[in-house]
Amino acid sequence: METLLKISNLSGGYGKITVIKDVSLKINKGDFMGLIGPNGCGKTTLLRLLSKIIKAQNGVVNLEGKDITKMGLKEFCKKAAFVQQDTLINFPFTVFEIVQMGRIPHLKRLQQETKKDLDIVNNALEMTDTLSLKDKFVNELSAGERQRVIIAKALAQEPSLLFLDEPTSHLDIGHQVQILDLLSKLNKQNNLTILIVIHDLNLASEYCNRMALFNEGGIFKEGLPKDVLTYQNIEAVYKTIVVVNDNPISAKPHVILVAGRPACRQAGE
Amino acid sequence: MKKILILLIILAAVIFLGMITGSVKIPLNGLFLQENRAIVSLRFLRIFTAVISGAGLAVSGIVLQAILRNSLAEPYLLGTSSGAGLGAALSMMMGVSAAFLPVSAFCGAILSIILVYNLAKQNGKIAEQSLILSGVIVSVAFSAIIVFLLSISSKEMLHSFSWWLWGSLQAFDLKLLGGVSLIVSAGVIAIYLFSQDLNAISLGEEEAIHLGIDIETVKLILIMITALISASLVCICGIIGFVGLIVPHMMRLLVGPNHKVLIPTTIIAAAIFMVSCDIISRSVFPPLEIPIGVITAIIGAPIFIFLLKSKQRV
Repeated sequence: METLLKISNLSGGYGKITVIKDVSLKINKGDFMGLIGPNGCGKTTLLRLLSKIIKAQNGVVNLEGKDITKMGLKEFCKKAAFVQQDTLINFPFTVFEIVQMGRIPHLKRLQQETKKDLDIVNNALEMTDTLSLKDKFVNELSAGERQRVIIAKALAQEPSLLFLDEPTSHLDIGHQVQILDLLSKLNKQNNLTILIVIHDLNLASEYCNRMALFNEGGIFKEGLPKDVLTYQNIEAVYKTIVVVNDNPISAKPHVILVAGRPACRQAGE
Repeated sequence: MKKILILLIILAAVIFLGMITGSVKIPLNGLFLQENRAIVSLRFLRIFTAVISGAGLAVSGIVLQAILRNSLAEPYLLGTSSGAGLGAALSMMMGVSAAFLPVSAFCGAILSIILVYNLAKQNGKIAEQSLILSGVIVSVAFSAIIVFLLSISSKEMLHSFSWWLWGSLQAFDLKLLGGVSLIVSAGVIAIYLFSQDLNAISLGEEEAIHLGIDIETVKLILIMITALISASLVCICGIIGFVGLIVPHMMRLLVGPNHKVLIPTTIIAAAIFMVSCDIISRSVFPPLEIPIGVITAIIGAPIFIFLLKSKQRV
């Protein structure tokens, strides 16, 4: 397996505060990697470090073998795109205009989009099933439609790696599955590597081929869903009692909450 | 493209109307007569000032609206107007020659922007809210100092100062007008070069970074260009409100928020708006002249309220 993103001894945070502590992780080409963990454990901070929003305090991140701090921002954005939890847009851009902005990293200042750029934009709209929305105003879309448009914009960047930060947490289960099915299709058909922060353990289990469970700024456990999503790991990190079964359809691990029980802090030990 | 052409035709018509109307009516065939030359060239200068100030203020408005992601931001938000006023008031107090008044106003405006920018800076970054807040704080503080200076000074100074507050298109110094129009045109062209960046920035700062925009550098450059534009305009025509707010907003409704189209359209529309307001200010009570800022406010305020209310409904 070829390594696409290699994180070595990465530490970082905000100002003098260190949120991510000495994290090392390899993401291979074609991975659908899920980052899970309780609120405040540093998953989002890790994504921000990996996507050049904040600078690392320590450690190295290599994308396709190249240190990301030595890459120009535009060069980096041709290889990696980012989808946020929710993108609220105050101005009445059309869907097409938004997706077209995905070409910005590939264009020089004032350079007009060529036929090839427009083809890529149309293709991105088609893949995300948003072609019919292309003349609509983005501030008039539903949350699910908007998220597909934002993914289309990311695809127009032609990235080899896509970061997503809880892209489905504002959506109902129907739209959650729709977005994740789309990501899964892009992962398989376009060989797009995906690194997704996701709260829903069962969705993560269904879609991710690998996952990393975070706790207090470090990786608690990393590996296949069936190795990460054990009741021992989950109870230790989330301090919540759960039962883990197999999903009867997909045979992937399925986490069931046990309500009303005091958390067992010694679980798994 | 069609819309831009229509706007250009309207602009030509309005300029033409501006040339023939005023306290002295000049008929169509009188425009090139020797005896009218003085009036015609004076009117031409006024119209030129109107076009330059309209374009500069409206494009500065666009930039701040994109950076703050708020379509109701205006170019004086960062304290340029009160900074310029304070610079002018101080130099009048100290008895500096009137020829240096624009220079001191310009310095005041630039200093206030630098102050606002540094007040807003936290950990080397500029957050939108703190930019707005520090703009308001600096404006209020400087205005207070201006009022204090005026209240302890002579009546004449008070009078000569009043035009600052409501603007005037009466260019009294050709060299100054030339310099200002150079700065404004260069600034507007520079901003146009950033139209792609402005599109990305209007989606949000992190979104812009994810599209490869070096946001802090771009913001610094753009804020300083708008500061230069509004500071130099404030020297020749004082404070003219609402242009930078209303025109970009209306043009966004007409051609959409894509800055590659929005900027040129807004330049033309702002020129139309200013020349029309100037015609009104000259022709309501001739030979008296109503300050241009009064007209833009009387026309602009109701439009602004309408836009604000219709925005709330969404």
